Formats: sequence, structure tokens, C-alpha cells
Amino acid sequence: MKIALPVDQKTMDSPISPSFGRAPYFLVVDTEGGDFEAVANEAAMAPGGAGIKAAQKIADLGAEVLITYRCGQNAHDVLSAAKIKLMRAVAGTAGEVVALFQEGKLEELTQIHPGFHGRGGM
Amino acid sequence: MRLAVLSGKGGTGKTFVSVNLASVAKEAIYLDCDVEEPNGWIFLKPELEKKQTISVPYPQVDQARCHGCKKCVEFCKFNALSYVGEKLLVFPQMCHSCGGCVLLCPQKALVEIEREIGSIEYGRAGELETRGGILKLGEPSGVPIIEKLIGSIPAGKPAVIDCPPGSSCTVMESISKSDYCLLVTEPTAFGIHNLALVLELVKLMDKPHGVLINKGLPGETMARDYCIREGLTILETIPYDSKLAYTISQGQLAVEKPKYRQLFEGLLGRIEKEAGL
Repeated sequence: MKIALPVDQKTMDSPISPSFGRAPYFLVVDTEGGDFEAVANEAAMAPGGAGIKAAQKIADLGAEVLITYRCGQNAHDVLSAAKIKLMRAVAGTAGEVVALFQEGKLEELTQIHPGFHGRGGM
Repeated sequence: MRLAVLSGKGGTGKTFVSVNLASVAKEAIYLDCDVEEPNGWIFLKPELEKKQTISVPYPQVDQARCHGCKKCVEFCKFNALSYVGEKLLVFPQMCHSCGGCVLLCPQKALVEIEREIGSIEYGRAGELETRGGILKLGEPSGVPIIEKLIGSIPAGKPAVIDCPPGSSCTVMESISKSDYCLLVTEPTAFGIHNLALVLELVKLMDKPHGVLINKGLPGETMARDYCIREGLTILETIPYDSKLAYTISQGQLAVEKPKYRQLFEGLLGRIEKEAGL
């Protein structure tokens, strides 16, 4: 199963990015075998609709799960249409968070914010 | 002359200055471009003559025709479209109505439909014509309404354009066709900070401009010092006056009092001279 995470750096040691749509990179981890790949987030500098574009990317990468601190309404609409499961990130490196997910220790992300829409998002 | 009144910071007195200037201008038109919170009508009390609905086009998809090529998704700079789970999703409020997706779609699966985003109210207050834009709650951008408002100014008619606060797209649209920009500020750090932002904007857009310092306080020179440092023309300083604040809070025009009528007539004259008219 492929898991995606928004991250600040391109490694498994990276912290999870506080933003989803504006994260600099996405990490896609294959739980079978542990292969991973870092992908630049082209939506990071989008003039608008970063969440939508980022969610499109996650869907195109074939991820089934997204682990993130937060997610806006528009991104959520795309992710749910793509049937991608949302899990709430916790403090730690990407590697640690993925391990916690595999141990069943992460909760589902149910709090969806209405979006920042041109207001920065931090 | 088309005079735009802007400030960056809200609450410096854009509407106060705009309605009073429009009231002393001869056969002018007042445009309220602060479509998220239009309030010029409180002072001018126009009689409503006409109301026009403003709509914008956005794409609607025929899922049966869509083959999922994602040309539209890749094209849209505002990410108003997404294709996932073999379905094209449209986010109408992200759309900037360029129509590019409809033109590009090889399957002709997209058509443009319209969505109401607000309205323009046309009115009259004595000799003064008034027009005010109103953006519907929840709509993200007032730009299309402002575009229509500015486009509706009759040729040769003197106009006072009451701009929205800030220095973003709505303000750019509001000042786009103006001959002169009056920057209203107040002697506070916040006021000056945002004056610097709109100053950058009017310079970028090559608009002649001058400053009005509102709510001036004795001995407080930060706004004046800033203008001198930046080489800006100070067209007027209106001292803080609690009686004037009361007049404004009652929704009354300052120019009903001779002292302020004289002040605004003088100011208008200086602006016309500065603008070379």
C-alpha cells in the first residue's frame, strides 16, 4: 500500500510539513518493501487552489492513504472522490509516523478546515 | 477626472473622504467599489433607480462525454478542476472565468454556465449619481463586479472611486482606469505600513498620487515625516475632531458644515491641479 505525507525535506527523517497544499515535497512510501520516493509539490507556489492541485498529485501518485496535520475542504473533496484515506499526523519524522500508522496508532483526520484561499495558510 | 481614493489600511477614512469629495464635485458620480462592505450609501442616502445582477461564467461538465484526458486540469492556473476516481470535479469558486478549459476540451465535455456573484445598485442623491457593488456572502472575489462598476462610468463624467481596503486584486481593478489616486492615511504605525503598500502599487501602475492625512494629532508627525521622506505631496491634513467623528457616526456628511465644505472644495481644487486638469 502506498502512503503519502507532506514533508519539509526529501528524506524519511524529515518532519511532516504543517501545510498540505503548500508543503515543499510529498513523500510516497510503499509499505510493502519500504521503498520511498520524494516528489516536489508543484502546487506549493500556485496562485490559488493549491490544495486541489496537491490532492490531484496524491491521487495521480496512486496513494491510498495521506497522513497530514491538516487538510482544507477543497482538497478533502478531491481526496474523498479519489477514495484516499486521511490520517492525522503526529510529531516525529516521516519514518516514525509511517511506523506508527503501520502499528495502527494513528487516528483518522476528521477535522477539515474551510481553507485559507489566498490568505497564506499558516 | 476619475479620482480613486485608497488607503491600504481599513478605517483610515476612505469612505469619509470619498463621499464628501463626491458631494462637492459638480455633476459627479460616486462609485462604491468596497463590494465586501459597501457603506457610502449610509452617508449619501441615494434613491435606488436600478439594480443589476452580476454573474460570472464557470465550467459545467458532462461526465458521460469526459474521457479523463486531464487537459483542462493541467491548463487551469487556478486549479478549479480536478480529475480523480474517473470523475471530473469542478470548483466554481476557484474559477477565474477565462473559458480556456471549455476551448481546450477535445471531447466538448465542458460548457460554460453562469453563477450570480452579486449586484450593482444604481442610485441618485440630488445632483450626484451613485453606483455601489455588492458581493454575495461566501463569494471569494469581487473583481468582476468592480470591473463592471468601473466600466459603467460615462465618458467624461467626473468620478470618485471609493476603493476597498488592502492592495490586492480588488484595489488594482478599482484604480485601473483612474487619472489620480488619493492615498488616505492616519498617523499610526499600521496606517503608514499599509500606506507604503499602496504607494508601491500606485507607482507600479504609474498613477499620479498624493496623500491625505486623516485624524491628525498635534505633535504627532510620523505620517508627515514618512511623506517627506518618500517625497510625497500632502494635499491635506484633517485634524482629529471628536465632533466630526460624531457627525460621521450619525451617517451625516461633513460638508453640511461650512468649515468642512470649504476644506473639501479646497482639496478637490488641489487634486484637479495636481492631476493637471
